[in-house]
Amino acid sequence: MKLYCLSGHPTLPCNVLKFKSTTIMLDCGLDTTSVLNFLPLPLVHSPRLSKLPGWVSKDGTINLEKELKECAGRVFVDAQPEFCLPERELLDLSTIDVILISNYHCMMALPYITEHTGFTGTVYATEPTLQIGRLLMEELVNFMERVPKAQSATSWKNKEIQRMLPGPLKDAVDVWMWKRCYSMQEVNSALSKVQLVGYSQKVVRIDSVQEIFKISHFCFRAVVTSRLFSRLFFLQELFGAVQVSPLSSGYSLGSSNWIIQSHHEKVSYVSGSSLLTTHPQPMDQSSLKNSDVLILTGLTQMPTANPDGMLGEFCSNLAMTIRAGGNVLVPCYSSGVIYDLLECLYQFIESANLGTTPFYFISPIANSSLEFSQIFAEWLCHNKQTKVYLPEPPFPHAELIQTNKLKHYPSIHGDFSSEFRQPCVVFTGHPSLRFGDVVHFMELWGKSSLNTIIFTEPDFSYLDALAPYQPLAMKCVYCPIDTRLNFHQVSKLLKEVQPLHVVCPEQYTQPPLTQSHRSDLMLELQPPPMPYRRCSVLNLPFRRRYERIYILPELANSLVPSEIKPGVSVATVSALLHSKDNKHTLQSVPKPPPMPPSKKRKRVIEEPPVALAPKPMLSGAVALEAFLATLQKHGITEVKVEETADGHILHLQAEDTLIQLEEDGTHIVCDSEPLRTTLRDLVLRFLQKL
Amino acid sequence: MPEIKVTPLGAGQDVGRSCILVSIGGKNIMLDCGMHMGYNDDRRFPDFSYITQNGRLTDFLDCLIISHFHLDHCGALPYMSEMVGYDGPIYMTHPTKAICPILLEDFRKITVDKKGETNFFTSQMIKDCMKKVIPLNLHQTVQVDDELEIKAYYAGHVLGAAMVHIKVGSESVVYTGDYNMTPDRHLGAAWIDKCRPDILISESTYATTIRDSKRCRERDFLKKVHESIERGGKVLIPVFALGRAQELCILLETFWERMNLKAPIYFSTGLTEKANHYYKLFITWTNQKIRKTFVQRNMFEFKHIKAFDRSYADNPGPMVVFATPGMLHAGQSLQIFKKWAGNEKNMVIMPGYCVQGTIGHKILNGQRKLEMEGRATLDVKLQVEYMSFSAHADAKGIMQLIRMAEPRNMLLVHGEAVKMEFLKGKIEQEFSIDCYMPANGETTTVTTNPSVPVDISLNLLKREMALGGPLPDPKKPRTMHGTLIMKENSLKLVSSEQALKELGLNEHQLRFTCHVQLQDPHSDADTLHRIYTHLKSVLKGYTIQHLPDGTVIVESIVIKVSSSAEDSNTKVLLLSWSYQEVLNILKRSK
Repeated sequence: MKLYCLSGHPTLPCNVLKFKSTTIMLDCGLDTTSVLNFLPLPLVHSPRLSKLPGWVSKDGTINLEKELKECAGRVFVDAQPEFCLPERELLDLSTIDVILISNYHCMMALPYITEHTGFTGTVYATEPTLQIGRLLMEELVNFMERVPKAQSATSWKNKEIQRMLPGPLKDAVDVWMWKRCYSMQEVNSALSKVQLVGYSQKVVRIDSVQEIFKISHFCFRAVVTSRLFSRLFFLQELFGAVQVSPLSSGYSLGSSNWIIQSHHEKVSYVSGSSLLTTHPQPMDQSSLKNSDVLILTGLTQMPTANPDGMLGEFCSNLAMTIRAGGNVLVPCYSSGVIYDLLECLYQFIESANLGTTPFYFISPIANSSLEFSQIFAEWLCHNKQTKVYLPEPPFPHAELIQTNKLKHYPSIHGDFSSEFRQPCVVFTGHPSLRFGDVVHFMELWGKSSLNTIIFTEPDFSYLDALAPYQPLAMKCVYCPIDTRLNFHQVSKLLKEVQPLHVVCPEQYTQPPLTQSHRSDLMLELQPPPMPYRRCSVLNLPFRRRYERIYILPELANSLVPSEIKPGVSVATVSALLHSKDNKHTLQSVPKPPPMPPSKKRKRVIEEPPVALAPKPMLSGAVALEAFLATLQKHGITEVKVEETADGHILHLQAEDTLIQLEEDGTHIVCDSEPLRTTLRDLVLRFLQKL
Repeated sequence: MPEIKVTPLGAGQDVGRSCILVSIGGKNIMLDCGMHMGYNDDRRFPDFSYITQNGRLTDFLDCLIISHFHLDHCGALPYMSEMVGYDGPIYMTHPTKAICPILLEDFRKITVDKKGETNFFTSQMIKDCMKKVIPLNLHQTVQVDDELEIKAYYAGHVLGAAMVHIKVGSESVVYTGDYNMTPDRHLGAAWIDKCRPDILISESTYATTIRDSKRCRERDFLKKVHESIERGGKVLIPVFALGRAQELCILLETFWERMNLKAPIYFSTGLTEKANHYYKLFITWTNQKIRKTFVQRNMFEFKHIKAFDRSYADNPGPMVVFATPGMLHAGQSLQIFKKWAGNEKNMVIMPGYCVQGTIGHKILNGQRKLEMEGRATLDVKLQVEYMSFSAHADAKGIMQLIRMAEPRNMLLVHGEAVKMEFLKGKIEQEFSIDCYMPANGETTTVTTNPSVPVDISLNLLKREMALGGPLPDPKKPRTMHGTLIMKENSLKLVSSEQALKELGLNEHQLRFTCHVQLQDPHSDADTLHRIYTHLKSVLKGYTIQHLPDGTVIVESIVIKVSSSAEDSNTKVLLLSWSYQEVLNILKRSK
């Protein structure tokens, strides 16, 4: 059993597990931090950005002024932003049978994996994960396609040139693998491969084996490749003995951890999980118990920031800015923590006297995100579920919208430009500040110290995010809210569920670089966790001794158990073994067909021997006195007993037969077959058969 | 042999008060707990004294599952849990959990407040009972206890309707509740995977009907409503507040829009607004089309349909009124019916099934004079139309579900005996499986034949697999031998050697030796060699060794040769073998 690690990002994982000849990809997160190296994509022409000087090396030998621009001492690529994809060379992506998605943030690389790679498997995700994931992809595509940039920059990626560039561009890795955003068509195609699952659903097979046969039949008639056929074979195998099942992870709507198991092996995959009471259904911890291996990813990126404290700071900074007549900009993702922020503001607005301040949520998916959040009652925490029973919308942002306190727009163009009033609060994306409507607000509000930008998303370093906007007059507040497990919570969790082995990103096995003395900010376990990094291939330790097999009823009824010790019985089994799709069954041996007529008899001997049922193994010992008594009962009276080192030799004088009785063996020396058979049966009475 | 027992307390050869007991693998499960619309006395509720004569049911049931919110499936719930007494788990889907208490409260109000019955469950009891409910998600495997697991599937009959798969070990039962195999204007079609249950318990309301296409029925319906409105008549459509009502509302709403009609459409009782709200919040339970477009246009926000007030019934001019309940057995629909029955311009459209004993059932059977309370009679002059809109599977749909689930046995409930008989014949003929249709209180017993799951030692399995090569030939299955150890509740299959070790036992060797004489003039060594060559040519596939110490070994059989003392031509063969050895090979070769 092996684990291939295709991403080094601990919260945007992409691992592949080979489990019983099944290849399962666990998440496919897209590392978007690479976009920080690019210039922002403005929605309207920005004189400032277009006037930035091009970059020329100090000695003047390298001139990349078309590709690279300098801003406040840093160099940015002037091209469409690119993403750092999961590793695609470590294994053949077309061999993946199944992709398990744990939450909508961890599926953004899906089109890169399922499209143009020969992937023919199935993707499993919960309904909210699929729906919100689709929205987030749609938003990303929209952000990129709205402001197309014809120019692509590749010269700087030349190894020789990259070496000469200033940091952080110089240190960027695998830049040749960076890719532009996918298209909506690719998104739709990728998502059409998703099959929906519910929490605790035991996914054991697709529609039916017959379906597969139908497909395979069809494939044979159409252009068949052996590849396709082997895929079908694999699919059956997966659903023969391997079972996967999502568990609530408490992090976001529909977020899940996964259990991958057979009858005797269990791998738990823990991705973004939360124990805080926010809107999603609480985390299911107990089902993680008794794992052989627990793969741990997606811990908090802000181990020292308390989410509740951050929320308080968010509110007070927001109120302070508004009271002073400034605007507040909140760069955020369009789903997730924003629901909690709005809920918090719902309670806060009145008490802080912000009743008249307009709140704007601007995103191509703002309306859909708000609407979708209200229809997933099954996936919400208990309190919110109870509201639906009334029936009332589970999230209070419905009321904020109804009372016109919160307004949402697809973009800054259109209605928004005419209805927009200041001072106000704007929630908009993208949190990297490189594309989306947020770029416009940075240009608009950056120059005034009355305004404040409040960072709540933990995915990007706020200093890096702000770099291309420097010098900046607006106030910056950093209150990252990351509800995922912290080290304290995770060690408590692991103590509780007691996995035999833990696998985690190497970042979790040492304290953060900036706080090297904080040994509480790492995982300390016994046995120590197995760390992985991008491109690692780990051998997972399993000590498995048993496998599940099914005894068919007919055979089960024919078994004759005998009690060996109190409470322990044994029965010997001789049966036909059938193995299919990793599933094993035992059935009775059919009676041999009647011997063919004598003509063929000669050939029968030529054939290899028919394996007859071997006699059972024997155990126990033959007691001398009792045995002699038994012999007597059967008319054998003339017995001469001779003592030896290890037991006795019985000489049956009338029959000219010797029986050697020892602790661990009996030897019958006898030339008469009927007598030998009788003696054998008598000896067997004293022994147990296994 | 293990058995599964099924006993309907209600809905056995009948429609109404669905309540079915299932005993499987030592677990007792109650499926649905409904009331009967046709009765006002004790027969209204299932006869729980069948389970126990004295007192509470908690000890006798492992769980109760409610399939959907219709009162004939959940109407007896507070009576059962609070008045008879049951504290165990009650399972239902989220929408059912949300809507069920509202309908129960409605039912209670009509019974207690309007009819003045006492000794009925109270509002508090409904609340207490709902506290015992555990919500079910579709496809989620819920572990009721260590052995009993249940899983819900989409049934499409009304919002939140579910079929349920009940499994103990390798035995299982599927209960369909009410279901619909064709998607309609607001719900999707029922679906189940090939779970091969031992028994499929299916409703059979429309056991003998094969309905024409939905589209035709919709056209018919609209035509009738339209004609009636055109001639100035009033149209009464008795419905249940949730379910069919929403489908018909969507239908009329779009029709009114398209034809630019002005006649008012009303929806009785305050439930409308609320009911539609449930549909909005549980949009994931509706059909594909509504789910896809709900952000842009929510199908449950109606422009043309307004709330009804009792006084509107006397307004002049045409109108369409949806009124509850659906079988004209009580409440507002009955009141309006009484008002409008005398005018032949008016029309009543019964969009669903009516239980025997209800006024709906009577007028559908052509009865034109109705005896009302207080000996008054009512002349029915208005047009009576029946439109089968209730979302039950028809005969075709039932057969389709059987094909989906591939049950080993079939059991019909929730239908009329005569119709069931017909369907039973069809099922037995087409699928050659047994089909049962027990009456209330009658028990059907089905013996099952489960395989026994055992843990096999990996060493043993690998050894056996290796013997047969990596890809087994299906025509030549492998024989394997092992010892099954039964200790407490665990079953382990291991090799005999491992069994000895695990049980802490010593092996006991049993050997036999005998002498055989034969005539052979050669030297001892030559004789032995000749035996060796002969055996080698005859016994193919056995390991045969000729050792330098003057022995030949066939598997574990030892052969030695010596000359007789009296005659050097007489050779004595010494044969020694163990008990485990297969003796007959030697015999054959002689």
